[in-house]
Amino acid sequence: MEKMSRVTTALGGSVLTGRTMHCHLDAPANAISVCRDAAQVVVAGRSIFKIYAIEEEQFVEKLNLRVGRKPSLNLSCADVVWHQMDENLLATAATNGVVVTWNLGRPSRNKQDQLFTEHKRTVNKVCFHPTEAHVLLSGSQDGFMKCFDLRRKDSVSTFSGQSESVRDVQFSIRDYFTFASTFENGNVQLWDIRRPDRCERMFTAHNGPVFCCDWHPEDRGWLATGGRDKMVKVWDMTTHRAKEMHCVQTIASVARVKWRPECRHHLATCSMMVDHNIYVWDVRRPFVPAAMFEEHRDVTTGIAWRHPHDPSFLLSGSKDSSLCQHLFRDASQPVERANPEGLCYGLFGDLAFAAKESLVAAESGRKPYTGDRRHPIFFKRKLDPAEPFAGLASSALSVFETEPGGGGMRWFVDTAERYALAGRPLAELCDHNAKVARELGRNQVAQTWTMLRIIYCSPGLVPTANLNHSVGKGGSCGLPLMNSFNLKDMAPGLGSEARLDRSKGDARSDTVLLDSSATLITNEDNEETEGSDVPADYLLGDVEGEEDELYLLDPEHAHPEEPECVLPQEAFPLRHEIVDTPPGPEHLQDKADSPHVSGSEADVASLAPVDSCFSLLSVSHALYDSRLPPDFFSVLVRDMLHFYAEQGDVQMAVSVLIILGERVRKDIDEQTQEHWYTSYIDLLQRFRLWNVSNEVVKLSTSRAVSCLNQASTTLHVNCSHCKRPMSSRGWVCDRCHRCASMCAVCHHVVKGLFVWCQGCSHGGHLQHIMKWLEGSSHCPAGCGHLCEYS
Amino acid sequence: MRLATAANEAYTAPLAVSELLGCKQCGGGPDHDEELGIRIPRPLGQGPSRFIPEKEILQVGSEDAQMHALFADSFAALGRLDNITLVMVFHPQYLESFLKTQHYLLQMDGPLPLHYRHYIGIMAAARHQCSYLVNLHVNDFLHVGGDPKWLNGLENAPQKLQNLGELNKVLAHRPWLITKEHIEGLLKAEEHSWSLAELVHAVVLLTHYHSLASFTFGCGISPEIHCDGGHTFRPPSVSNYCICDITNGNHSVDEMPVNSAENVSVSDSFFEVEALMEKMRQLQECRDEEEASQEEMASRFEIEKRESMFVFSSDDDEVTPARDVSRHFEDTSYGYKDFSRHGMHVPTFRVQDYCWEDHGYSLVNRLYPDVGQLIDEKFHIAYNLTYNTMAMHKDVDTSMLRRAIWNYIHCMFGIRYDDYDYGEINQLLDRSFKVYIKTVVCTPEKVTKRMYESFWRQFKHSEKVHVNLLLIEARMQAELLYALRAITRYMT
Repeated sequence: MEKMSRVTTALGGSVLTGRTMHCHLDAPANAISVCRDAAQVVVAGRSIFKIYAIEEEQFVEKLNLRVGRKPSLNLSCADVVWHQMDENLLATAATNGVVVTWNLGRPSRNKQDQLFTEHKRTVNKVCFHPTEAHVLLSGSQDGFMKCFDLRRKDSVSTFSGQSESVRDVQFSIRDYFTFASTFENGNVQLWDIRRPDRCERMFTAHNGPVFCCDWHPEDRGWLATGGRDKMVKVWDMTTHRAKEMHCVQTIASVARVKWRPECRHHLATCSMMVDHNIYVWDVRRPFVPAAMFEEHRDVTTGIAWRHPHDPSFLLSGSKDSSLCQHLFRDASQPVERANPEGLCYGLFGDLAFAAKESLVAAESGRKPYTGDRRHPIFFKRKLDPAEPFAGLASSALSVFETEPGGGGMRWFVDTAERYALAGRPLAELCDHNAKVARELGRNQVAQTWTMLRIIYCSPGLVPTANLNHSVGKGGSCGLPLMNSFNLKDMAPGLGSEARLDRSKGDARSDTVLLDSSATLITNEDNEETEGSDVPADYLLGDVEGEEDELYLLDPEHAHPEEPECVLPQEAFPLRHEIVDTPPGPEHLQDKADSPHVSGSEADVASLAPVDSCFSLLSVSHALYDSRLPPDFFSVLVRDMLHFYAEQGDVQMAVSVLIILGERVRKDIDEQTQEHWYTSYIDLLQRFRLWNVSNEVVKLSTSRAVSCLNQASTTLHVNCSHCKRPMSSRGWVCDRCHRCASMCAVCHHVVKGLFVWCQGCSHGGHLQHIMKWLEGSSHCPAGCGHLCEYS
Repeated sequence: MRLATAANEAYTAPLAVSELLGCKQCGGGPDHDEELGIRIPRPLGQGPSRFIPEKEILQVGSEDAQMHALFADSFAALGRLDNITLVMVFHPQYLESFLKTQHYLLQMDGPLPLHYRHYIGIMAAARHQCSYLVNLHVNDFLHVGGDPKWLNGLENAPQKLQNLGELNKVLAHRPWLITKEHIEGLLKAEEHSWSLAELVHAVVLLTHYHSLASFTFGCGISPEIHCDGGHTFRPPSVSNYCICDITNGNHSVDEMPVNSAENVSVSDSFFEVEALMEKMRQLQECRDEEEASQEEMASRFEIEKRESMFVFSSDDDEVTPARDVSRHFEDTSYGYKDFSRHGMHVPTFRVQDYCWEDHGYSLVNRLYPDVGQLIDEKFHIAYNLTYNTMAMHKDVDTSMLRRAIWNYIHCMFGIRYDDYDYGEINQLLDRSFKVYIKTVVCTPEKVTKRMYESFWRQFKHSEKVHVNLLLIEARMQAELLYALRAITRYMT
């Protein structure tokens, strides 16, 4: 009742008016404090100590308390406070450890009243008792708090914080005898003013110094503290143990905190370094400030609400030598600019996405998700009248379901797990990977592997089974395929004729790059092939006619609607060794004569695109001799890798890169390689293929990638008895001097590999456990758990 | 264990400095052992420090569990157990924090690549011609894949590192001259510019190595066995060592005999300790009685500041700068100049306006996470470290003495504490001690064994090492404060 009447007298008597304004001070401010009448503010700093009257439009300097010719360190203020009961009484804390009181009622120019020189170090904070006229409290760097009675010359009592520097002291507003003090080591203490011998309560509030604290003006026992660890915490002190009720994470160390009058959950903070803004937080919404004042150009050092019952006026002083009055209605509200969004994956790969309605509408208009089923659900949040964030009323929720089967990434996981990347000769690796790809129905990839093997390995070793897979009939002919290509957008006859003409004149290997699509014709002729121009000729014609038959490979089963694959689909121009192998099997000869080259013949690996403008040439060479320079194909391979990467199959690109190693690496620039590696590793990690991803990291030659494995390689172990981290050795705890990891089988300390069941957390030496599990599936420790090891 | 370390080091860094730089005087050429063709290095000098007798220093193998764990950590992190560690282990609590910080700075996640970090270490140590640290980090630099060409001088390093040279110079000798223009010049140099995080990392490294150089000279750390000057290939019987062994060890092994004038009797020095304790007691008691006026206090700071300029050893014996790598980085034209000696007025730095705990910490931790915490801990341990002993006395509150030392160093850098009576410094620190402090902090390369011996004669070696820890941490904080303040000013 009494409070109510005071509100009406304070606000009803003279309603506060004003605007957002600032005035320039001569020097940086360290602290500010407001007079009880809300019409005057005192600013104190190292070389400033002035009283300003707050008028409607501006600040007016009223009094300069810094008098005297010689500036004294007593006037170098770290803090200032104006008595809330007596308009004439002020106190300052000086950086040299002196506490000074000022009486504005003194007739002389020098208003200095009393000087207390009891502290040995800088005094960080002074605080008047909220109702008692003569009681002043100070907290100093020397670790002591002193209570002064202004009617006496020296302190009444001294409170020791055990040699830790005191950063803030605040009298409780509700409890007459209580005050809180905060310390540089992160502690907060609660004292009874009558008991200087020991504190009532002490708890660790922050990691690092606690710079400030503030009692809630209405809620008894609510204390807000701010620390160097960038946090503001609200504690409930009424319970037996101080309970942390709210925690606000700011972006810089918190220098001051002040509860906002009349708004139960609001408090204002300012920072000590880096961040110049003043924030007003709703402690229930600790992530986005409710309001933000951005006027200052340097760190804000003092904030004060102008009137204890008016929530809209905030005053602030700053290192940029200015004094500001902020109006709440002029504050910028970060929440208005934020786009609230939520994204979550479901158990089965579904994706839920919630965003502001307007955003979603715009988004879906631009980019329709045709393949997905969509269930947009619109809902309205209940409006809470007390809630300042009511502005964002509605949002849209979209759920994207994954189509069963379609677009699954099973193949990716399988491929990643089964590919072999190192440890065997190149040829075997290629073969293995081709096999894997084929088994997964990725024939194009399989084909690529096979070709890589042909390109980079000596041909005599190629098993036919691998070569003929596209035809589906293995091994009827021992002729290895040498290369394949297609002649794109080119009259087939013409192309082949041109080629043949050339080949006749040239007994050596000969290459022609036919068109810009980087389709490469490798033509390796020798005398024997001279006679084959006729078969080759009609081969071309034939192939065209038999396209459907030739359509043996569908590299894009999963995505038939995709634009046709741009990979240069290589086919093998057919070259039979007619002359070369006269004693060869009869069917070979037949085949050479037969126009139906690829329909039934086993030795041809051919790929035909759906598009009819592609023509196919198939040829097989009996002999590949290394007359080609080794890096001859590197351009082609490079393009191939780029192609796969472009397609999104970075897996292929990286696998080939690793397997071929030096052979291609120099052709692809370092950054691209790094990019591929990182994308692939990222993908692998998303699929939780940790082993594969580590293998890739290990095998990578890129410096930036391989160092991924060298960061954060520490494994922290906690003692199983005292739960403390074991710092020096992994098997014995320094604290309780017990060996933490005992083998459940042999009861000895495990110093190497320790394996344990995640169900009952018993375990031991890897070998012992393995042996044990052969005989029994129960836990060796005898706990009765049926252990499972993966 | 030390020998094993050295062998290991030589193996992992085949391009050992001796190979790279060659010991010209002793022929440089391989002095092969007849039988196996292997040259066996033999340690030169006595133990890790030239100032402290080897028997005073803890022997490896006789350490307690905590120290053993520290040694193990140090060995695991660096692959060696260097002489600095062996001397610092007088104060295991500090050593732990020191090693943790150094390990984090050099090897853990950070904005700068590894070889840059060592190179910056080389740059910083070379400012004080500290061949010990330079040699160590040349090894590490090459070990992490640094380009040996860079070692031929700063002009062979990338432009980005060259830009840092100026800051290094100012920071090492006259940190109060750092302005936000220095910072701006580094951050806005187009393709050679530093990021803020990188810069903070570099600044922390520079200050760390400047102060570590102070420690190295202040405690007379001997060269490592695998480094130049740390070993000899001569058989131990041969008495005449080659000249380069001496110069590389900064000072010859045989120190001049202690000046007779300073050779006070034992009883005199005994009274020294008594007198110091008496003074401390007096200061404690009569502080409340005589309150100096404000003007008095202000002038005391100025007096102390001015006096610190004239505190200098009279024997300015020039040391020949014949130090391999470091000579490439030296710019001897730029050295320590006394704070505001030549009428150039630099405003006093007030700790109450910018202090490590509030401001420096926040800035460092923001730009280079976790390091602020580590350095903060290190400062705290160094400042608060005490065993409550003074020479032969026990249960002494040494906080006053420690504070006087700390504030005296900051005073030399023009940093003032409003709440400190600088008259105390004059009472507590005698002239020979001041000479030592000043030399270690400002021109560490000029420290001599005589200086080390002539202050606090009755005190134990561990206490002198303790003083050195205070010195290096206070110096590091002073440099950091100036550098970070400039960065803060740049940012606002």
